[in-house]
Amino acid sequence: MKLVTAIIKPFKLDDVKEALRALGVAGMTVSEVQGFGRQRGHTEVYRGTEYTVDFVPKVRIEILSDDADAQEVARVIVESARTDKIGDGKVWLVPVEDVIRIRTGEMGHDAI
Amino acid sequence: MDSGNTAWVLASAALVLFMTPGLAFFYGGMVRSKNVLGMLMQNFFCIGLVSVLWAVLLFSLAFGTDIGGGLLGGFDFVGLKDLGIADVAEAAENVPGLALTIPPLLFVAFQLMFAIITPALITGAIADRMKFAAWVAFVALWMLFVYTPIAHWVFSPEGWLFQKGALDFAGGTVVHINAGIAALALVMVLGRRKGWPGEAMAPHSLPLTLLGTGILWFGWFGFNAGSALAADGIAAQAFINTHLAAAAALLGWVVVERMKGGHATTLGAASGAVAGLVAITPCAGFVGVVPSLIIGFLAGGICFAAIQMKFKFGYDDALDVVGIHLVGGILGSLLLGFFADSAINPAAADGMFNGGGFDLMGKQLLAVGATLVWSFVVTFVLAKIIDATIGLRVKSDEEAEGLDVTQHAEAAYAYGDFGSMGRSGS
Repeated sequence: MKLVTAIIKPFKLDDVKEALRALGVAGMTVSEVQGFGRQRGHTEVYRGTEYTVDFVPKVRIEILSDDADAQEVARVIVESARTDKIGDGKVWLVPVEDVIRIRTGEMGHDAI
Repeated sequence: MDSGNTAWVLASAALVLFMTPGLAFFYGGMVRSKNVLGMLMQNFFCIGLVSVLWAVLLFSLAFGTDIGGGLLGGFDFVGLKDLGIADVAEAAENVPGLALTIPPLLFVAFQLMFAIITPALITGAIADRMKFAAWVAFVALWMLFVYTPIAHWVFSPEGWLFQKGALDFAGGTVVHINAGIAALALVMVLGRRKGWPGEAMAPHSLPLTLLGTGILWFGWFGFNAGSALAADGIAAQAFINTHLAAAAALLGWVVVERMKGGHATTLGAASGAVAGLVAITPCAGFVGVVPSLIIGFLAGGICFAAIQMKFKFGYDDALDVVGIHLVGGILGSLLLGFFADSAINPAAADGMFNGGGFDLMGKQLLAVGATLVWSFVVTFVLAKIIDATIGLRVKSDEEAEGLDVTQHAEAAYAYGDFGSMGRSGS
């Protein structure tokens, strides 16, 4: 099993969600996060004083997936989140040792 | 001069000014959190810009001596000349036709507050996507070419619609129909928000919207009861009518939405109240209590249905200025043709239900039609001109990032210390 984590632009979330749903992905966890990579932050001005804000708002998506599907999930995220501009984000995959569904106690593949 | 009248209109002018921040919060709560300052600023900026234009030129063009045909006032009050002289009664006589019992400078101030909120009403339609500089240019041009002429036609005793005998107690045509149809013309040029209508663009703070609704309702007593320009029985009639119409419309909207969707919503209650306030505006001092309840109830139900039109016709009136202000304004202006009652106000003609026949309705139709045509056509042309020169819309990535940061370099909500914000150059 794999955990697919993606950091994307917030306004692309709907596109990504729909693309993943079309692929048959049954669930995901989404959180609002801040960070920076190559994209620069922005400046804010309060009473004439300028401040630089380094961290840019992003959305983090986390999906648990079978090994066989993980690359396809990642590919779909990359395609649906891309704007070809700096700051589009990243996707990474890490191996997962086990998964347990809390309600039923199902484990591994059955819990996905 | 009458000191009681003066005291009430002084208070009313302040009440009407308060409506614009109220409107800003009403709308501000309905947009997404990345655009709330953009919305507030579009509204607040009107207070600054319109006030200066009004004093320098626009009051004169609206209420100065007619230049001919009832189309526009002259330049007699440029810079509010001759209105602040020591003899207030003599100064009042300088304003043609109004027979003011209050100082003319107070009339200037009271009318100014109406002039401020009218372009501000349009901001609800254009939410989330208009460039701030384009908005500033639009307001200045729109006040000169659209608001001021129509205010002269309807509110000045020398205006052609006033002379025809069309009735508008507090601004159904000048304020609400005018802003509503202008909003439609502007969004037709501006285009839809990115992602509309597919994406959810849910209100970010309904508590703000409800607070704004309360401020609007409170201020509307100045708007309508103040429009009597006197502290008298007609003001009292307008006051109670205003309140009851808003209350009935709140019920009307919520009842219809409960029947159709199954829930009574806070946004529905707020929207219904505003729809009722809009519809009663032209009627406030010309009708009795029972007609006010009917007008309000109808406004709530009909405006609820009207806001669905944008999905059918595909124009992105983001916060329903067309559905509430245009439709509510037309509804009130035309229902006056049925309910106007000279027993309530001797200055009113009788409507169809009070033995007046079709005469008044014909005049109301004329006033509504003239406002619709002038406002739509001129607004559309102004929008095209601004679009072709400085551009109406923010860039696509600016729209995605939000108006607050891209147009104003500010964030509305900064929770916690997690922002890593450093002062530039330190």
